[in-house]
Amino acid sequence: MVEAAGWWPVLVAPALLLAGAVLAVAGDAMLAARYAGRPARAAVAAVPLLEVARLLAQQPRTLPKADRLLWRLGVVTVPVAAVLSVLVIPFGHRAVADLSVGVVWFNAMEVLTWAGLWLAGWGPNAAFSLIGGYRFVAQGLAYELPLMFALISPATAAQSLGVGDIAEAQQGLWFAVWMPVAFAGYLAGVLAFAFLGPFGYPAGRDTAAGVLGETAGVDRLLLQAGRWLWLTSGAAMAVPLFLGGAAGPGVPGWAWSALKTLLVLAVLVWSLRRLPVLRADRYAEFAWVVLVPLTIAQALVPALVVLDR
Amino acid sequence: MDTVRLALLAGLGVLALAGGVLVFTCDSMARVTFALLGSLCCVGGVVTVLGLPYLGVAIVLMMVMEMVIMAVFMIAYMMNPAGLMPMSMLHNKRGSLLVSGAVFAALVAAVLLTPWPARTGPPPPDTTFQLGKALMGTQMLTMLVLGFALLATMVGATVLATHRGRYDRFGDDLGRRQARDPAGGGVGR
Repeated sequence: MVEAAGWWPVLVAPALLLAGAVLAVAGDAMLAARYAGRPARAAVAAVPLLEVARLLAQQPRTLPKADRLLWRLGVVTVPVAAVLSVLVIPFGHRAVADLSVGVVWFNAMEVLTWAGLWLAGWGPNAAFSLIGGYRFVAQGLAYELPLMFALISPATAAQSLGVGDIAEAQQGLWFAVWMPVAFAGYLAGVLAFAFLGPFGYPAGRDTAAGVLGETAGVDRLLLQAGRWLWLTSGAAMAVPLFLGGAAGPGVPGWAWSALKTLLVLAVLVWSLRRLPVLRADRYAEFAWVVLVPLTIAQALVPALVVLDR
Repeated sequence: MDTVRLALLAGLGVLALAGGVLVFTCDSMARVTFALLGSLCCVGGVVTVLGLPYLGVAIVLMMVMEMVIMAVFMIAYMMNPAGLMPMSMLHNKRGSLLVSGAVFAALVAAVLLTPWPARTGPPPPDTTFQLGKALMGTQMLTMLVLGFALLATMVGATVLATHRGRYDRFGDDLGRRQARDPAGGGVGR
Protein backbone atom coordinates (compact mmCIF):
# COMPACT_ATOMS: atom_id res chain seq x y z
CA MET A 1 0.00 0.00 0.00
CA VAL A 2 1.41 3.35 -1.00
CA GLU A 3 0.85 6.12 1.49
CA ALA A 4 1.65 9.82 1.54
CA ALA A 5 3.55 10.68 4.72
CA GLY A 6 4.11 14.11 6.22
CA TRP A 7 6.22 16.89 4.78
CA TRP A 8 9.68 15.34 4.88
CA PRO A 9 9.37 13.30 1.64
CA VAL A 10 9.07 16.66 -0.13
CA LEU A 11 12.74 17.19 0.75
CA VAL A 12 13.88 13.56 0.50
CA ALA A 13 12.47 12.87 -3.00
CA PRO A 14 14.48 15.62 -4.79
CA ALA A 15 17.59 14.65 -2.79
CA LEU A 16 17.26 11.00 -3.86
CA LEU A 17 16.67 12.08 -7.45
CA LEU A 18 19.80 14.23 -7.35
CA ALA A 19 21.83 11.38 -5.83
CA GLY A 20 20.69 9.05 -8.63
CA ALA A 21 21.60 11.66 -11.25
CA VAL A 22 25.08 12.15 -9.71
CA LEU A 23 25.64 8.37 -9.81
CA ALA A 24 24.52 8.28 -13.45
CA VAL A 25 26.90 11.12 -14.40
CA ALA A 26 29.77 9.42 -12.55
CA GLY A 27 29.02 6.09 -14.24
CA ASP A 28 28.88 7.78 -17.64
CA ALA A 29 32.28 9.40 -17.01
CA MET A 30 33.76 6.00 -16.04
CA LEU A 31 32.37 4.41 -19.23
CA ALA A 32 33.71 7.28 -21.31
CA ALA A 33 37.17 6.74 -19.82
CA ARG A 34 36.98 3.02 -20.49
CA TYR A 35 35.97 3.43 -24.13
CA ALA A 36 38.77 5.99 -24.55
CA GLY A 37 41.31 3.49 -23.22
CA ARG A 38 42.06 5.44 -20.06
CA PRO A 39 41.99 3.73 -16.65
CA ALA A 40 38.48 4.12 -15.11
CA ARG A 41 39.47 5.21 -11.60
CA ALA A 42 37.33 6.95 -8.97
CA ALA A 43 39.07 10.22 -9.81
CA VAL A 44 37.62 10.00 -13.33
CA ALA A 45 34.11 9.80 -11.91
CA ALA A 46 34.68 13.00 -9.93
CA VAL A 47 35.61 15.10 -12.98
CA PRO A 48 31.99 15.98 -13.96
CA LEU A 49 31.38 17.05 -10.35
CA LEU A 50 34.33 19.43 -10.52
CA GLU A 51 32.67 20.80 -13.65
CA VAL A 52 29.71 21.78 -11.43
CA ALA A 53 31.96 24.03 -9.34
CA ARG A 54 33.44 25.56 -12.51
CA LEU A 55 30.00 26.28 -13.99
CA LEU A 56 28.79 27.83 -10.72
CA ALA A 57 31.68 30.30 -10.81
CA GLN A 58 31.45 31.00 -14.55
CA GLN A 59 30.07 34.28 -15.92
CA PRO A 60 26.68 33.96 -17.60
CA ARG A 61 26.84 34.81 -21.29
CA THR A 62 25.11 37.96 -22.54
CA LEU A 63 24.01 38.14 -26.16
CA PRO A 64 22.58 41.01 -28.21
CA LYS A 65 18.76 41.12 -28.33
CA ALA A 66 18.39 37.91 -26.31
CA ASP A 67 14.95 37.29 -24.82
CA ARG A 68 16.32 36.86 -21.30
CA LEU A 69 12.95 36.21 -19.64
CA LEU A 70 11.98 33.34 -21.95
CA TRP A 71 15.55 31.99 -21.95
CA ARG A 72 15.71 31.78 -18.15
CA LEU A 73 12.19 30.38 -18.01
CA GLY A 74 13.11 27.60 -20.43
CA VAL A 75 16.38 26.76 -18.69
CA VAL A 76 14.68 26.54 -15.29
CA THR A 77 11.67 24.59 -16.57
CA VAL A 78 13.65 21.49 -17.57
CA PRO A 79 15.14 20.53 -14.13
CA VAL A 80 12.10 21.81 -12.20
CA ALA A 81 9.74 19.63 -14.26
CA ALA A 82 12.04 16.65 -13.63
CA VAL A 83 11.86 17.23 -9.86
CA LEU A 84 8.07 17.70 -9.98
CA SER A 85 7.69 14.44 -11.90
CA VAL A 86 9.10 12.35 -9.02
CA LEU A 87 6.38 13.54 -6.63
CA VAL A 88 4.14 10.69 -7.80
CA ILE A 89 6.84 7.97 -7.91
CA PRO A 90 6.72 5.72 -4.83
CA PHE A 91 10.03 4.96 -3.11
CA GLY A 92 9.50 1.84 -1.09
CA HIS A 93 5.87 2.19 -0.05
CA ARG A 94 5.88 5.98 0.24
CA ALA A 95 5.25 8.67 -2.34
CA VAL A 96 5.16 12.42 -1.79
CA ALA A 97 1.69 12.48 -3.36
CA ASP A 98 0.16 9.30 -4.75
CA LEU A 99 -2.23 11.17 -7.05
CA SER A 100 -5.17 9.32 -8.56
CA VAL A 101 -3.90 10.53 -11.96
CA GLY A 102 -0.18 9.96 -11.28
CA VAL A 103 0.65 8.62 -14.76
CA VAL A 104 -0.92 11.67 -16.42
CA TRP A 105 0.96 13.95 -14.01
CA PHE A 106 4.29 12.32 -14.95
CA ASN A 107 3.43 12.64 -18.63
CA ALA A 108 2.44 16.31 -18.25
CA MET A 109 5.69 17.14 -16.45
CA GLU A 110 7.68 15.34 -19.15
CA VAL A 111 5.89 17.34 -21.85
CA LEU A 112 6.89 20.56 -20.03
CA THR A 113 10.45 19.87 -21.27
CA TRP A 114 9.13 20.52 -24.80
CA ALA A 115 8.29 24.06 -23.77
CA GLY A 116 11.47 24.38 -21.70
CA LEU A 117 13.84 23.29 -24.44
CA TRP A 118 12.10 25.24 -27.18
CA LEU A 119 12.33 28.37 -25.01
CA ALA A 120 15.96 27.61 -24.14
CA GLY A 121 16.63 27.40 -27.88
CA TRP A 122 14.66 30.55 -28.74
CA GLY A 123 15.86 32.77 -25.91
CA PRO A 124 19.52 33.44 -26.76
CA ASN A 125 18.76 34.82 -30.27
CA ALA A 126 21.35 32.52 -31.86
CA ALA A 127 20.91 30.27 -34.89
CA PHE A 128 22.42 27.00 -33.65
CA SER A 129 20.63 27.29 -30.35
CA LEU A 130 17.30 27.82 -32.15
CA ILE A 131 17.99 24.82 -34.40
CA GLY A 132 18.53 22.75 -31.25
CA GLY A 133 15.18 23.86 -29.83
CA TYR A 134 13.35 23.02 -33.06
CA ARG A 135 15.13 19.67 -33.22
CA PHE A 136 13.73 18.75 -29.82
CA VAL A 137 10.19 19.63 -30.93
CA ALA A 138 10.62 17.42 -34.01
CA GLN A 139 12.00 14.65 -31.81
CA GLY A 140 9.11 15.17 -29.39
CA LEU A 141 6.54 14.67 -32.16
CA ALA A 142 8.25 11.34 -32.87
CA TYR A 143 8.75 9.91 -29.38
CA GLU A 144 5.68 11.24 -27.56
CA LEU A 145 2.93 9.03 -29.01
CA PRO A 146 4.78 5.69 -28.55
CA LEU A 147 5.64 6.85 -25.02
CA MET A 148 2.00 7.68 -24.28
CA PHE A 149 0.83 4.27 -25.47
CA ALA A 150 3.63 2.67 -23.42
CA LEU A 151 2.38 4.55 -20.33
CA ILE A 152 -1.25 3.66 -21.01
CA SER A 153 -0.54 -0.10 -21.26
CA PRO A 154 0.32 -0.72 -17.55
CA ALA A 155 -2.41 1.74 -16.51
CA THR A 156 -4.94 -0.28 -18.52
CA ALA A 157 -3.74 -3.55 -17.00
CA ALA A 158 -3.99 -2.12 -13.48
CA GLN A 159 -7.28 -0.31 -14.29
CA SER A 160 -5.93 2.78 -12.55
CA LEU A 161 -3.92 5.89 -13.39
CA GLY A 162 -2.43 5.91 -9.88
CA VAL A 163 1.23 4.86 -9.82
CA GLY A 164 0.80 3.06 -6.48
CA ASP A 165 -2.13 1.02 -7.83
CA ILE A 166 -0.12 0.07 -10.92
CA ALA A 167 2.78 -1.16 -8.77
CA GLU A 168 0.37 -3.15 -6.62
CA ALA A 169 -1.35 -4.77 -9.62
CA GLN A 170 1.90 -6.64 -10.46
CA GLN A 171 1.75 -9.09 -7.56
CA GLY A 172 1.89 -12.14 -9.80
CA LEU A 173 3.84 -11.10 -12.87
CA TRP A 174 5.78 -7.95 -13.73
CA PHE A 175 4.28 -5.89 -16.55
CA ALA A 176 7.74 -5.82 -18.17
CA VAL A 177 7.42 -9.58 -18.72
CA TRP A 178 4.09 -9.63 -20.55
CA MET A 179 4.30 -6.12 -22.03
CA PRO A 180 7.87 -6.07 -23.37
CA VAL A 181 7.02 -3.74 -26.28
CA ALA A 182 5.58 -1.13 -23.93
CA PHE A 183 8.64 -1.45 -21.67
CA ALA A 184 11.03 -0.99 -24.59
CA GLY A 185 8.97 1.92 -25.92
CA TYR A 186 9.00 3.51 -22.48
CA LEU A 187 12.80 3.19 -22.13
CA ALA A 188 13.30 4.72 -25.60
CA GLY A 189 11.01 7.55 -24.50
CA VAL A 190 13.10 8.10 -21.35
CA LEU A 191 16.28 8.48 -23.42
CA ALA A 192 14.37 10.83 -25.75
CA PHE A 193 12.99 13.20 -23.11
CA ALA A 194 16.39 13.25 -21.40
CA PHE A 195 17.84 14.12 -24.87
CA LEU A 196 20.90 12.01 -24.09
CA GLY A 197 22.87 9.44 -26.08
CA PRO A 198 21.03 8.37 -29.27
CA PHE A 199 18.52 11.20 -28.72
CA GLY A 200 21.17 13.86 -28.09
CA TYR A 201 20.35 15.37 -31.51
CA PRO A 202 18.95 18.69 -30.08
CA ALA A 203 22.33 19.23 -28.37
CA GLY A 204 24.28 17.62 -31.23
CA ARG A 205 27.95 18.28 -31.93
CA ASP A 206 27.09 19.12 -35.56
CA THR A 207 25.39 22.34 -34.35
CA ALA A 208 28.01 23.25 -31.71
CA ALA A 209 25.93 21.68 -28.89
CA GLY A 210 22.65 23.13 -30.30
CA VAL A 211 20.28 24.07 -27.50
CA LEU A 212 23.14 24.02 -24.97
CA GLY A 213 25.50 25.97 -27.22
CA GLU A 214 24.90 29.52 -26.02
CA THR A 215 24.37 28.69 -22.36
CA ALA A 216 27.13 29.24 -19.83
CA GLY A 217 27.51 29.14 -16.09
CA VAL A 218 24.43 28.34 -14.03
CA ASP A 219 22.21 28.20 -17.13
CA ARG A 220 24.30 25.41 -18.62
CA LEU A 221 24.46 23.62 -15.27
CA LEU A 222 20.64 23.69 -14.97
CA LEU A 223 20.06 22.35 -18.49
CA GLN A 224 22.70 19.61 -18.12
CA ALA A 225 21.34 18.72 -14.69
CA GLY A 226 17.86 18.60 -16.21
CA ARG A 227 18.99 15.96 -18.69
CA TRP A 228 20.40 13.64 -16.00
CA LEU A 229 17.56 14.32 -13.56
CA TRP A 230 15.10 13.31 -16.29
CA LEU A 231 17.07 10.14 -17.03
CA THR A 232 16.98 9.23 -13.33
CA SER A 233 13.33 10.13 -12.95
CA GLY A 234 12.46 8.00 -15.99
CA ALA A 235 14.40 5.07 -14.54
CA ALA A 236 12.63 5.47 -11.19
CA MET A 237 9.21 5.58 -12.89
CA ALA A 238 9.98 2.36 -14.80
CA VAL A 239 10.09 0.48 -11.47
CA PRO A 240 6.42 0.95 -10.38
CA LEU A 241 5.17 0.89 -14.00
CA PHE A 242 6.88 -2.27 -15.24
CA LEU A 243 9.09 -3.91 -12.59
CA GLY A 244 6.70 -4.61 -9.72
CA GLY A 245 7.48 -1.50 -7.67
CA ALA A 246 8.90 -2.07 -4.19
CA ALA A 247 7.84 -5.73 -4.02
CA GLY A 248 10.60 -8.27 -3.41
CA PRO A 249 11.77 -10.87 -0.90
CA GLY A 250 14.07 -10.32 2.10
CA VAL A 251 15.11 -6.68 2.25
CA PRO A 252 12.58 -3.84 2.84
CA GLY A 253 10.68 -2.12 0.05
CA TRP A 254 12.83 1.01 -0.19
CA ALA A 255 15.89 -1.17 -0.83
CA TRP A 256 14.13 -2.94 -3.70
CA SER A 257 13.00 0.41 -5.14
CA ALA A 258 16.56 1.74 -4.99
CA LEU A 259 18.08 -1.45 -6.41
CA LYS A 260 15.65 -1.70 -9.33
CA THR A 261 15.95 2.02 -10.11
CA LEU A 262 19.76 1.80 -10.15
CA LEU A 263 19.66 -1.27 -12.40
CA VAL A 264 17.40 0.46 -14.94
CA LEU A 265 19.57 3.56 -14.69
CA ALA A 266 22.70 1.48 -15.29
CA VAL A 267 21.19 -0.08 -18.42
CA LEU A 268 20.18 3.37 -19.71
CA VAL A 269 23.62 4.89 -19.00
CA TRP A 270 25.33 1.91 -20.66
CA SER A 271 23.12 2.31 -23.75
CA LEU A 272 24.01 6.01 -24.10
CA ARG A 273 27.43 5.27 -25.58
CA ARG A 274 26.46 2.07 -27.43
CA LEU A 275 23.96 3.65 -29.84
CA PRO A 276 24.52 6.23 -32.60
CA VAL A 277 22.78 9.61 -32.53
CA LEU A 278 19.46 9.47 -34.42
CA ARG A 279 18.38 12.29 -36.70
CA ALA A 280 14.88 13.49 -35.76
CA ASP A 281 13.48 13.10 -39.30
CA ARG A 282 14.70 9.49 -39.48
CA TYR A 283 13.39 8.68 -36.02
CA ALA A 284 10.05 10.38 -36.77
CA GLU A 285 9.41 8.05 -39.70
CA PHE A 286 10.48 5.00 -37.69
CA ALA A 287 8.33 6.09 -34.73
CA TRP A 288 5.19 6.71 -36.78
CA VAL A 289 5.49 3.76 -39.15
CA VAL A 290 6.81 1.12 -36.75
CA LEU A 291 6.58 2.17 -33.08
CA VAL A 292 3.07 3.69 -33.03
CA PRO A 293 1.36 0.59 -34.53
CA LEU A 294 3.45 -1.71 -32.31
CA THR A 295 2.64 0.16 -29.09
CA ILE A 296 -1.07 0.42 -30.02
CA ALA A 297 -1.12 -3.35 -30.53
CA GLN A 298 0.65 -3.68 -27.18
CA ALA A 299 -1.98 -1.51 -25.45
CA LEU A 300 -4.64 -3.80 -26.92
CA VAL A 301 -3.19 -6.80 -25.04
CA PRO A 302 -3.88 -5.57 -21.46
CA ALA A 303 -7.25 -4.18 -22.65
CA LEU A 304 -8.30 -7.68 -23.80
CA VAL A 305 -6.88 -9.30 -20.64
CA VAL A 306 -8.81 -6.88 -18.43
CA LEU A 307 -12.03 -7.44 -20.41
CA ASP A 308 -11.62 -11.19 -19.96
CA ARG A 309 -10.88 -10.91 -16.23
CA MET B 1 -16.39 24.71 -0.79
CA ASP B 2 -13.80 25.74 1.78
CA THR B 3 -11.85 29.00 1.79
CA VAL B 4 -8.54 27.48 0.59
CA ARG B 5 -10.14 26.18 -2.59
CA LEU B 6 -12.02 29.43 -3.14
CA ALA B 7 -8.77 31.38 -2.75
CA LEU B 8 -7.02 28.99 -5.18
CA LEU B 9 -9.84 29.39 -7.70
CA ALA B 10 -9.70 33.18 -7.43
CA GLY B 11 -5.90 33.27 -7.71
CA LEU B 12 -5.80 30.93 -10.71
CA GLY B 13 -8.65 32.85 -12.35
CA VAL B 14 -6.86 36.19 -11.97
CA LEU B 15 -3.60 34.67 -13.30
CA ALA B 16 -5.44 33.17 -16.28
CA LEU B 17 -6.97 36.56 -17.08
CA ALA B 18 -3.58 38.26 -16.70
CA GLY B 19 -2.09 35.76 -19.16
CA GLY B 20 -4.96 36.48 -21.54
CA VAL B 21 -4.26 40.23 -21.36
CA LEU B 22 -0.54 39.61 -21.99
CA VAL B 23 -1.42 37.73 -25.18
CA PHE B 24 -2.69 41.00 -26.67
CA THR B 25 -0.11 43.35 -25.19
CA CYS B 26 3.19 41.53 -25.89
CA ASP B 27 5.04 42.21 -29.13
CA SER B 28 7.00 38.96 -29.46
CA MET B 29 5.12 35.99 -30.90
CA ALA B 30 7.11 33.67 -28.62
CA ARG B 31 6.03 35.65 -25.54
CA VAL B 32 2.43 35.79 -26.78
CA THR B 33 2.36 32.01 -27.23
CA PHE B 34 3.76 31.28 -23.80
CA ALA B 35 1.52 33.88 -22.13
CA LEU B 36 -1.39 31.96 -23.64
CA LEU B 37 0.16 28.71 -22.37
CA GLY B 38 0.42 30.16 -18.85
CA SER B 39 -3.21 31.24 -19.03
CA LEU B 40 -4.35 27.79 -20.20
CA CYS B 41 -2.28 26.06 -17.47
CA CYS B 42 -4.17 28.19 -14.92
CA VAL B 43 -7.43 26.98 -16.50
CA GLY B 44 -6.15 23.41 -16.01
CA GLY B 45 -5.53 24.31 -12.37
CA VAL B 46 -9.08 25.68 -12.04
CA VAL B 47 -10.53 22.44 -13.44
CA THR B 48 -8.37 20.42 -11.00
CA VAL B 49 -9.51 22.49 -8.02
CA LEU B 50 -13.12 21.99 -9.16
CA GLY B 51 -12.58 18.25 -8.59
CA LEU B 52 -11.72 16.92 -12.06
CA PRO B 53 -7.98 16.11 -11.68
CA TYR B 54 -7.77 14.03 -14.87
CA LEU B 55 -9.21 16.79 -17.06
CA GLY B 56 -7.09 19.43 -15.33
CA VAL B 57 -3.75 17.63 -15.75
CA ALA B 58 -4.69 16.53 -19.28
CA ILE B 59 -5.44 20.17 -20.21
CA VAL B 60 -1.92 21.15 -19.08
CA LEU B 61 -0.43 18.16 -20.94
CA MET B 62 -2.22 18.84 -24.22
CA MET B 63 -1.86 22.63 -24.07
CA VAL B 64 1.93 22.51 -23.58
CA MET B 65 2.30 20.37 -26.71
CA GLU B 66 -0.21 22.47 -28.67
CA MET B 67 1.31 25.80 -27.70
CA VAL B 68 4.86 24.63 -28.56
CA ILE B 69 3.61 23.57 -32.00
CA MET B 70 1.63 26.81 -32.27
CA ALA B 71 4.81 28.77 -31.48
CA VAL B 72 6.44 27.15 -34.52
CA PHE B 73 3.59 28.33 -36.78
CA MET B 74 3.22 31.77 -35.15
CA ILE B 75 6.90 32.44 -35.78
CA ALA B 76 6.74 31.01 -39.29
CA TYR B 77 3.70 33.00 -40.45
CA MET B 78 3.27 36.15 -38.32
CA MET B 79 5.04 39.39 -39.12
CA ASN B 80 7.62 40.55 -36.59
CA PRO B 81 7.94 37.16 -34.83
CA ALA B 82 10.56 38.17 -32.28
CA GLY B 83 8.89 41.43 -31.29
CA LEU B 84 11.93 43.49 -32.20
CA MET B 85 9.64 46.18 -33.64
CA PRO B 86 6.45 47.36 -31.89
CA MET B 87 3.26 45.93 -33.34
CA SER B 88 -0.33 45.61 -32.20
CA MET B 89 -2.26 42.38 -31.82
CA LEU B 90 -5.54 44.32 -31.82
CA HIS B 91 -7.59 44.64 -35.00
CA ASN B 92 -11.10 46.05 -35.52
CA LYS B 93 -11.10 47.41 -31.97
CA ARG B 94 -14.65 48.76 -31.81
CA GLY B 95 -16.31 45.72 -33.40
CA SER B 96 -14.39 43.17 -31.34
CA LEU B 97 -15.07 45.15 -28.13
CA LEU B 98 -18.79 45.06 -28.94
CA VAL B 99 -18.81 41.31 -29.72
CA SER B 100 -16.70 40.31 -26.71
CA GLY B 101 -18.72 42.58 -24.37
CA ALA B 102 -21.98 41.05 -25.58
CA VAL B 103 -20.66 37.49 -25.22
CA PHE B 104 -19.31 38.23 -21.72
CA ALA B 105 -22.62 39.80 -20.63
CA ALA B 106 -24.58 36.85 -22.04
CA LEU B 107 -22.36 34.31 -20.28
CA VAL B 108 -22.57 36.14 -16.93
CA ALA B 109 -26.33 36.44 -17.30
CA ALA B 110 -26.55 32.71 -18.06
CA VAL B 111 -24.46 31.88 -14.97
CA LEU B 112 -26.67 34.02 -12.73
CA LEU B 113 -30.04 33.18 -14.26
CA THR B 114 -29.69 29.41 -14.74
CA PRO B 115 -31.56 27.49 -12.03
CA TRP B 116 -28.60 25.30 -11.00
CA PRO B 117 -29.70 21.98 -9.45
CA ALA B 118 -28.81 21.39 -5.80
CA ARG B 119 -26.39 18.55 -5.06
CA THR B 120 -28.04 15.31 -4.05
CA GLY B 121 -25.74 12.87 -2.26
CA PRO B 122 -21.97 13.06 -1.73
CA PRO B 123 -19.50 13.73 -4.58
CA PRO B 124 -18.10 10.55 -6.20
CA PRO B 125 -14.69 9.38 -4.93
CA ASP B 126 -13.14 9.11 -8.38
CA THR B 127 -14.36 11.58 -11.01
CA THR B 128 -11.94 10.14 -13.58
CA PHE B 129 -13.92 6.89 -13.62
CA GLN B 130 -17.19 8.80 -14.09
CA LEU B 131 -15.67 10.81 -16.91
CA GLY B 132 -14.47 7.65 -18.63
CA LYS B 133 -17.90 6.06 -18.30
CA ALA B 134 -19.56 9.15 -19.77
CA LEU B 135 -17.10 9.30 -22.71
CA MET B 136 -17.34 5.59 -23.45
CA GLY B 137 -21.07 5.34 -22.75
CA THR B 138 -23.59 8.12 -23.27
CA GLN B 139 -21.14 10.38 -25.14
CA MET B 140 -19.68 7.60 -27.32
CA LEU B 141 -21.32 8.91 -30.52
CA THR B 142 -20.02 12.44 -29.85
CA MET B 143 -16.48 11.16 -29.33
CA LEU B 144 -16.55 8.95 -32.45
CA VAL B 145 -17.86 11.79 -34.65
CA LEU B 146 -15.25 14.15 -33.18
CA GLY B 147 -12.50 11.60 -33.76
CA PHE B 148 -13.44 11.07 -37.41
CA ALA B 149 -13.82 14.81 -38.00
CA LEU B 150 -10.35 15.47 -36.54
CA LEU B 151 -8.74 12.65 -38.50
CA ALA B 152 -10.41 13.76 -41.74
CA THR B 153 -9.23 17.33 -41.10
CA MET B 154 -5.65 16.20 -40.50
CA VAL B 155 -5.53 13.97 -43.58
CA GLY B 156 -7.25 16.63 -45.70
CA ALA B 157 -4.91 19.40 -44.53
CA THR B 158 -1.86 17.23 -45.22
CA VAL B 159 -3.11 16.30 -48.70
CA LEU B 160 -3.78 19.98 -49.50
CA ALA B 161 -0.44 21.12 -48.10
CA THR B 162 1.80 18.67 -49.94
CA HIS B 163 2.25 18.98 -53.69
CA ARG B 164 3.61 15.43 -53.99
CA GLY B 165 1.33 12.45 -54.28
CA ARG B 166 1.89 8.71 -54.43
CA TYR B 167 2.67 8.85 -58.19
CA ASP B 168 5.57 11.17 -57.47
CA ARG B 169 6.80 8.83 -54.76
CA PHE B 170 6.27 5.39 -56.34
CA GLY B 171 6.26 6.14 -60.10
CA ASP B 172 3.46 6.25 -62.70
CA ASP B 173 2.51 2.60 -62.26
CA LEU B 174 3.18 2.68 -58.49
CA GLY B 175 5.81 -0.01 -59.15
CA ARG B 176 8.83 1.54 -57.42
CA ARG B 177 9.91 -0.46 -54.37
CA GLN B 178 11.44 2.48 -52.52
CA ALA B 179 9.67 5.84 -52.47
CA ARG B 180 11.58 8.70 -54.07
CA ASP B 181 11.43 11.35 -51.34
CA PRO B 182 13.29 14.66 -51.13
CA ALA B 183 14.38 13.86 -47.55
CA GLY B 184 15.42 10.44 -46.31
CA GLY B 185 13.31 8.74 -43.69
CA GLY B 186 14.12 6.07 -41.16
CA VAL B 187 12.35 3.10 -42.71
CA GLY B 188 13.46 1.14 -45.73
CA ARG B 189 16.57 3.04 -46.70
